[in-house]
Order: sequence, then structure tokens, then C-alpha cells
Amino acid sequence: MARADSNQIAKSSPFKAWATNHLRTLIASLGNMTRQPASSFMTIAVIAIALALPAGLFVLLNNASNISIGWDNSAQISVFLKADVTERQADNLMAKLRLYDEIDQVSLINKDQALKEFKKISGFGNAIEALGGNPLPHVLTIQPVVDANRPDKIRHLIKQLNQHKQIELAQLDLQWVKRLFAMLEIAQRSIWVIASLLGIAVLLVVGNTIRLDIQNHREEIEVTKLIGGTDAFIRRPFLYMGLWYGIGGGVFAWFLTMLSISLIDNAVEHLASLYNSGFQLRGLSFSEAMSMIGLSCFLGLSGSWIAVGRHLSEIEPS
Amino acid sequence: MIRFDNVCKRYPGGHEALNNVSFHLPRGEMAYLTGHSGAGKSTLLKLIALIERPSRGNLVLDGVNLSNVSNSKVPYIRRNIGIIFQNHHLLYDRTVFDNVALPLIIAGYQHKEIGKRVRASLDQVGLLNKEKSAPITLSGGEQQRVGIARAIVHKPGLLLADEPTGNLDPELSKEIMELFARFNDVGVTVLIASHDLDLIKQMGSPVISLSQGQLSHNDLEAATHG
Repeated sequence: MARADSNQIAKSSPFKAWATNHLRTLIASLGNMTRQPASSFMTIAVIAIALALPAGLFVLLNNASNISIGWDNSAQISVFLKADVTERQADNLMAKLRLYDEIDQVSLINKDQALKEFKKISGFGNAIEALGGNPLPHVLTIQPVVDANRPDKIRHLIKQLNQHKQIELAQLDLQWVKRLFAMLEIAQRSIWVIASLLGIAVLLVVGNTIRLDIQNHREEIEVTKLIGGTDAFIRRPFLYMGLWYGIGGGVFAWFLTMLSISLIDNAVEHLASLYNSGFQLRGLSFSEAMSMIGLSCFLGLSGSWIAVGRHLSEIEPS
Repeated sequence: MIRFDNVCKRYPGGHEALNNVSFHLPRGEMAYLTGHSGAGKSTLLKLIALIERPSRGNLVLDGVNLSNVSNSKVPYIRRNIGIIFQNHHLLYDRTVFDNVALPLIIAGYQHKEIGKRVRASLDQVGLLNKEKSAPITLSGGEQQRVGIARAIVHKPGLLLADEPTGNLDPELSKEIMELFARFNDVGVTVLIASHDLDLIKQMGSPVISLSQGQLSHNDLEAATHG
């Protein structure tokens, strides 16, 4: 048909038209949101809080694992010698133990040296002097060879040590590390559960916002369908709006997470200084922040996709 | 352009809006569709615009049988139809310009081309100076003309109008009808549903009349079968 043909010439190439349409909708949907700043901001804030909560917990957990990560390998056996063991005997024992295959390093904590340090640090100097003698035994600290495949080797070594007549008690300082890891594991799983639930909440928030938006644009959708707008064309602004909510929520969540960390950072630094530690709280890395924003975009897009799929087909011109 | 072949339309609930309607509106022709309210005028237009589907019979538009067009093809068929409604169906949250530009945006025209065509279209309906106005600030006749500008901006081959003069005084009504006649002069096929018999008589185009869902008068040639 001649009329339609002349239209085709004036129209741009299909790809260019498609790209133009997308760009136009992308900007228009952003414009739509800025036209109702209060409600848009509230939606974004809800998304941001829902994401910042698990993100903040994740950061704390990450830091906790970071502190303890070195401890697993530095399993150390403390060997308390009997009170009547002299320094010389202790040296002999140490030399003997060095020959063990399972033992990497042995060092002696001399009981006189230990007492002196304890007096200095604890401030209980006078009280300890009142005791008369030195209540502390010599202590050997043993660094066992860690063989990940044979955890029972260390246990066997401890059993052997405990049978030695000069040794009062040998114990592995690992139990509490194991417990800590078990606790961290629980915390990690809890965060996943919380994050999943809040993720669903984000999905629903976006879905509901888009649903209301679809209802507000009922007239426009009908008219657009009547003059030949495809479903994809009508769907597009709502999907882009979901995407914008996702981006906005993700970026704002990043900001909230960093803000929260900076608020507790001082307190953590103070605590670390009390432990003579240079520990510093580590925030979200750039790639973690990007993953969070990416996830937020995905949730926003999915939420709007669900709403659009459910509600757009209900609107037909009549 | 439009060929009805024993078309029936029965709504859920049993109401029979159209019964065995057959006619042929050739390309470039203009015709009026008349009848009392409830005679089936709107249903007939809705069938052409694919808002409703026929229950029985064949309806061919521009060589395409509308009875078996898939839903995904519907938008592309509608793009060759300009539809004008009695209640305008304008979008009141945007300007006259944006309303008229909508069909071009849907079709993916470039920005510059849109400006040119929208202004040409507004010029044709005599509203060139109103492009930045909000539709709500316009009179009923002006709003109707915005609706017409939107229907013709993408140069469709077929114009459908459902009671386009329903709310207008006789003088404005005549102006609107003359506008349609001008589009027809440049080759657009036009079908106007109206119950304003006096005005239709003045215009002198062929008339199709419906009465209780059946064709009661047809100035056009009868549809040829097969």
C-alpha cells in the first residue's frame, strides 16, 4: 500500500527505532519517578533498608571470620610441667620433644620469667609476693605439624604427652576456635535466611508499587493498546521503573551500609586498641557493593516483571 | 478495504449484537454507519479495531482475515487504523503535543520527524497554536480535534470514528465531518458511526444502517461471497 510505504521510508531502521524506544522509555520512566519524589523515595528507602540489613550483618560476619581465620592453623599445644620440674629438666624435655616428627617447634616459658611479666602486667605484684613461692609451673608451647588429612595425629600426640611423668597437663587450645567457627557458621546461615526473606520482601514491595502504578496508568495503557502499542512497548516503562527502583535501592543500601559501619568503626577501633590490636573494620568491597546493586536490580526487575505479567493483561480496551 | 461476510457477534450472556452482517467498503471510500443506540454500531467498529472478535463469519481488513489473527499481531493491524472516540480518550497528564505524538512514539519515529508530523497534523485540525496546552484547558470541540490529530498523525489507511460529534453543537459537528471528508479526499478510507441523520444527509456519502444487529440499509455494494 502506497501510504504505508511512504511511512516506512520516513521511519528509522528497526534497530534504531528499537534503541530509540528503549532510551526514550528509560529516561521517561526516570522522569515519572522524579515527578512523585516522596513516594519514589519511600519505595527506594524500603528496598535499601531491606538490603542494607543483611549486607551489614554480612560485613560484621566477614570481619569476625577474618579475625579468626589465622587461628585455625596456629593450633598450639600448651604443656604444663609438674611443679617440681626444674629448668634444666625442662630444657632436656624440650630437646627430646624437638625430635618428634609431629612437632614443628617447641619453646619454653620459664616460670620465673612468667611470674615477672605477670606481676608487671596484672598489677597484682604485692598479692603475688605475699604468696611466697612461685605458683607457676614451667610451660612448653608446642607448635604441632598441622596435617589437615590426619586431625587425629594431634590428638594422639596430646595423649602421648599427657602420659609423660614430668608433664602435668597437655592441652590443645583449639576447642574454642572450633566452637567459634560453629557459631560463625550458624550466624552465616541465619544471615542467608534473613537475606532471603528480605529479598522476597523487596520483590513484593517493587511488585506492589508497580501494580499501583499500572492501575494509575490504566487509561494510558488502554489508549496505547488502541493505537497499536505492542505488549512489549506497554510493559517496558514499568520494567524500567522496576529497574530504577532496584538501582536506587541498591545504591542507597550501599550508602546505608557504609554509614552504619562508619558509625560503629570508632567503637571497634577503641576495642581493638584495648587488645593491643591494629584491627580495622573492613567495609563492603567494591565488587561486593556492585554485587549488591546487581542483586537489587535483579530483584527490582523481577518484582516489576511479576506485577506486569499479572496485571497488564487484565487491562484491555473495551 | 473492509469486507464483512455474514458476521455475527454474540456476547457472553447471549446478547446478539450483530446478526449476519455483510457489506464491503472499498479502499478510499467514505461511509456513515447509522442506527439507534444499541443497534450494533459500536460493536461493528470494535470488530474492525479488533477490540472484539466475531463469533461467526469472516471479516477481512486490507486483505487480512481478522477472525484468525493472533493476539501478538493485533497491534500492528491497529497501527494502520486511526480511531476517534466520542469521549476523546486523551491523556490528561500530558500536553496536546505529547498526546498527538503517541502513535509516532509507538512506531519508533525519530525525534525530529515526530515534531514535524505532529505539527502538520495539528495544523490540519487548526490547533497548531495549542501544542503546548493541557487538553483539559481546551473546549470539547478542540479536544475532539486533538483526538482526530492523533488518529491521523501516522497517516493510517483507515479512519474509524465512533460518534465523533456526539457532544458537539451542530456547527462544530459539521466542521468535524467536513474535516473527515477532507481526509477522504486524499485517499483515506473513512467509516463514521453517527446517529446525526440530518448532518449525514447534508454530507452526501453512502450510508449503512443497522437495526437490532442486522443491516437494514446499504448504499454500498453487497459483499460478494468467496
